[in-house]
Formats: sequence, structure tokens, C-alpha cells
Amino acid sequence: MASDRALRARPVDGPFALTLKQANADRLYCLDTGAERAGLHRGMAYADARAFCPDLQTRPADPAGDARFLRMLRRWATRYCPWVGLEGRDGLVLDITGAAHLFGGEAMLLSDMRQRLARAGLAARIGLADTRGAAWALAHHGEGCADPGQPLAALDHLPVAALRLGEDTVTGLTRLGLRKIGELERTARAPLTRRFGPELLLRLDQAMGRQPEQISPLAEPPHYGVRLTLPDPIGLFDDVMAGTGRLLDQLCARLKTQEAGARSLCLTLRRVDQEAQTVELRLARPLRDAARILPLFERGVREVDAGYGIDQMRLEATRVEPLPVRQLSHVSSGRADRLDDLISRIGTRIGLENIQRFLPVDSHIPERGFTIAAAAWSEPEGSWASPRPRPILLFPPEPLAATGPRPPERFRWRRMSLSTARATGPERIAPEWWLPDENWRSGVRDYWHVETRQGRRLWLFHTPQNPGWFVQGEFA
Amino acid sequence: MPSLNASFPLRPGRVHEACGPLAVAMAAVTAAQVSGLLWLRESWRPELINPLGLADYFDPARLLLAQTRDQTDTLAVAEESLRDGALPLVVIELTAPLSLTAGRRLQLAAKDGKTTGLCLIPEGMGSNAAETRWHCAPVFDPSDSTLMRWEIIKNKSGTLGAWHVRWNRASRRLDLVSPVGQRPGPAGAPG
Repeated sequence: MASDRALRARPVDGPFALTLKQANADRLYCLDTGAERAGLHRGMAYADARAFCPDLQTRPADPAGDARFLRMLRRWATRYCPWVGLEGRDGLVLDITGAAHLFGGEAMLLSDMRQRLARAGLAARIGLADTRGAAWALAHHGEGCADPGQPLAALDHLPVAALRLGEDTVTGLTRLGLRKIGELERTARAPLTRRFGPELLLRLDQAMGRQPEQISPLAEPPHYGVRLTLPDPIGLFDDVMAGTGRLLDQLCARLKTQEAGARSLCLTLRRVDQEAQTVELRLARPLRDAARILPLFERGVREVDAGYGIDQMRLEATRVEPLPVRQLSHVSSGRADRLDDLISRIGTRIGLENIQRFLPVDSHIPERGFTIAAAAWSEPEGSWASPRPRPILLFPPEPLAATGPRPPERFRWRRMSLSTARATGPERIAPEWWLPDENWRSGVRDYWHVETRQGRRLWLFHTPQNPGWFVQGEFA
Repeated sequence: MPSLNASFPLRPGRVHEACGPLAVAMAAVTAAQVSGLLWLRESWRPELINPLGLADYFDPARLLLAQTRDQTDTLAVAEESLRDGALPLVVIELTAPLSLTAGRRLQLAAKDGKTTGLCLIPEGMGSNAAETRWHCAPVFDPSDSTLMRWEIIKNKSGTLGAWHVRWNRASRRLDLVSPVGQRPGPAGAPG
């Protein structure tokens, strides 16, 4: 399946394989039929494969992408029956009990499935039987469709490896001369169990239908997307907002059943000429209140160019966070809600991460005494106590022409001549050696609170290890 | 000399302006009297308010900072938040002079939302639409290191005046200091 997926994206001529680095060596991960015909097999070392088949073309494998693709295929396969599960890294298992007649019988269902997969460029091997084990055996070792009630007839001549057994068991059985499932079935059971443990007969019984085996379908993940198709195109702002309101009502009802709230929403407006325009909305808090979300869309919808008209709208909650149902109380949270709405609304203009708040940090370094965090993802916390007065304005250090460990009597700063009237200090602050910081390369700093005769109250520092004077802040 | 109380707790529902080296301190004093504020600044400016210093005036947890790309964004956000009224005070750091239209739009927004706006402007860049304009400067005082001179240099509905004030950290309020001529120390405060 993986190589088919790669070939769908970029077809090649000749044998093709995907390689994956396993145990520090490149090995073949998945091959197409051409490569299999050339005598290659899965798990072979890449270097060997090149020696066998010099014109082999390879690409690196992407197991994560393949898993995603398999999940998409699983979703597609629910068109045949509702019970579809994953089997290994490249298989699907379907329980078509009671669903085959909808396609005109099992044979028709198989041919339909084969045809559709072939059209999509996927080579498939399909086995159909009464039990999951027998179907697996048929799919992996000689395709076919077992007659109902007689799994043994179809499995009789298949190798024992078709029973989903471990490598050791298969080798052991081969040494005993038991190569076919039919031979195994006709052998006495007790010695086999004593020799190979219970698993062998469990697998055999599962294939023969003497032991039950379930198919567990994957749970459908909740889907937070709704759409609206219109018989006539619309273009007026009010109409689009009314449509959005309807979609929001549906979406919020769905969010409510899942106890979730939308964190970001995407409204796609498809126009008559097949152009699509999207309106993104990111919220300051997870929300599922349609009346509060709808006004936040106004700004984005106003900017949409409707062209010849919009005939399809789709609204999707692209990021969803859990939002449990909460008891209403008489202590209203109205003000906090209004503030969140304001943050969301401003966020649509300047970006939600640009609305920030200060959070205290336990550090003596002036510029690290606080952090700036996005308000939408943080709560105000901590206390702002500082043992010494701190300036209210900070700026990057501006050098002064001065020498000596005491603050200069007179100095020029920002084209002003200032003279020191009173200096309080020094307060020595050492760099935090455990955090590398370019600005603190000059070593310890002696900070002085300097009041000038001209009025300005500045925060100066001297770097004794690397002599120099700088201004870093201004006091009120 | 008129009373500071006639003009200082800034009239709500209006946009005011402050300039001078300690305009930030005036914003901090104003913020100490409200329950929450939004501070708008352009993200490229090197100067940043220090929450550790502001903690002497109000709890920085009540402050929201919005960093914008340019003054157009600043004004749009300011108008939006003034009109919304969720936060009673919006402090706007401006870097370029406001046109009369822009200033007037801010005034109307503040009137609608019953909020106070305070623009921190570079000196000499006031807008005609502002309700009041203040000049705030530090003053050297041998006995104290928080003395400021607040001068009202434009007032649409009152008289002009200048006062010496100091912020009392312990009780968190503004103390009015006796007029210049009678107070000890060097007379005549440089601006």
C-alpha cells in the first residue's frame, strides 16, 4: 500500500520500492509488483536489492503518512459496511455480515471494491471468508472467496504461515512435516498443544470458526464541520451573516454534545465561479455560544469579495478544546466574558498572540524579572514584589562616556547634559550563568539610582569587569 | 491656582493626552484608580514599561498589553476597545501626530463606551481633539525622589495649571505638594 501511495503521487517506470532505515541499515519497506517480479522481497537489505535489480528505483518511506492514508482508506471502506477496523500496518478488516446483499452479493461486492481500488491506483489482495482468520489467510496467501460454512475447503492447501503464527512455530511445524493447513487440521491436537503451546490451536480454531474473534471498528472521531448549500447565490453581508448564524447553531449543538469548545474556526465561502474564500477566527477562550461567536465573524465577512455570489458555505472548528458543562451561578462572569470577546475581536485585527500580559519571574536580572505571555493562553498569577525600587521604563542599555566605579558627576545622555545630584547604590547583580545571554557577557553590573539636578531619575549601571557606564531605565 | 481635583481624575468618556518624560507615570497613576486597562504599544519600539516598576502603582495582573505593527493598527484597536467598554482605561502610545479626524473618532468611541483614553504622545505632537493635555516631568528634590511636576497645557473645559505631586507608595495615592514658591529647596522647577 505504501509504495502505491508513493506512486500515486509521482509515478515511475520500472521496479519501485520504498526503503526505511531499520536497525541502522536501509531495508526495503514496501515494493510494487514489478519489484516483486524481479525477485525482491520485503525486509531485504537495500544494497542486496540493488545488486539483484540494478534499475530499481527507491524513495524513503513515510510510515506516519502511510498510517494517515490507511485511516483515510478505512473511512472510505465504511461505504461497504459500518464495521471496519485496521489490520496491521497496511490492511483493513471489514465485517460485511448483512451488508453484502446491498451490492448484489459477495462476488459483486468484491469486484466493485477491486475496481474502485484499481482506479485509485492501489493494488489490493482481498480474501473473504466466514472468519477473520480464514479471510486473513486467503488475503495473504492466495486470494479467494471461501464458500460459506466450509473454510477448510479453501484453506486446505495453504501454508501454515497463513494462520498468523510466529516465525518459530512455522519453522517447527515445517520440521515436523506439517506444511499445509489441511495436514495440521488432520493431526492429533494434544501433542501439538504440548509441543507449541495453546496459541497454535487457538489460531487454527479461529480460522475454522470454532473460536470467536471480534472485529473492533475504530471509533469515528467527532467531526466539527457543517456546510450549507444554497439554491441561489447570495452576496449581501446580512445574508452571509444569517447563513453563518445557521451553521454556527448546528456546530455549537454538536460541540455541546461533545462538551467541547471551539478555539479557532474557519468559514469557507465557495463562490459560483468555484473560487473559495476563507475567514479565520481565533478565540481568546474556548467557546460554544453561537450568539457570542457570530458578531466576531463580522469583520472577516465584511472583507470577503462575494464576486458573482456565494452558493456554498462551510464552517469548521479547526481547533477544539474540552469545555465541560458548568453550573451557572449568581456571581456573574459577565465582565470576564466581555473582556474575552474584546480580546478575540482585537485579535482578528492584530493577531491573538499580540495581546499579552506580564507574568512575574523569579529573577534578579531586570529584563528577566517578567515574561510576556499571550493573554489568550495564560491566566494572571503570581505576586509582583520587588525588594528594591525598579524603574517604570526599561530600554536597551545606552552607553555613557564615563569612567570610574562611582557615577559620573556630569554626563551627556540623549543630547542632554545632566549632572548628578544624588546617587543611590550600588546594587550588584550578577549574570545568571546557567542561562546564556549575549547582553550579560560583560559580567556583573553595579546598578545606581541616579537623580539628576535637571530632574530626570535614571537607572545607570557600571560593568567593573569590562569598564563602561550605561543607562538602562528611567524611574518615575 | 486652580485645584488639581477639578481636572485630575481624568474626565471619563474622553480621550486625554500626556507628554513629557514622565507621561508613563501619569498613565500609571491613572491606572491605579481603575479596575483594568489595555496598554497599546507598537512592537518595534525599544522602550518597554517595566511591570516590576509599575507594581508600585497598581497590580500588573490588571494590565493587558497589545503590541501592534504600526499606528494604523494602534488606532483601530484603540477605537475598538474604547467603544467596547470592557476595560475602563486604554493607554495609547503614539509615535506620530494624530489627524483631527482620528482624534475625533477616538473621542466619539470613548464617549460611546464611557471609557477613558490616555494618549502618550511625543512632545509637541498634540491633537486638537484631545480633552486635556498634560506635561509631566520629574523634579529634583533633595528630600524626596518621587517629586513630579504636572502641568495642564490644554484644557477644553477648564483652566490651565501646574502642580507638584508625588506618588505615595505606601498608601497608593497621589499627594499634592505645596506650591512651588513656598516649598523648601531650590525654587523654580525646570520642566
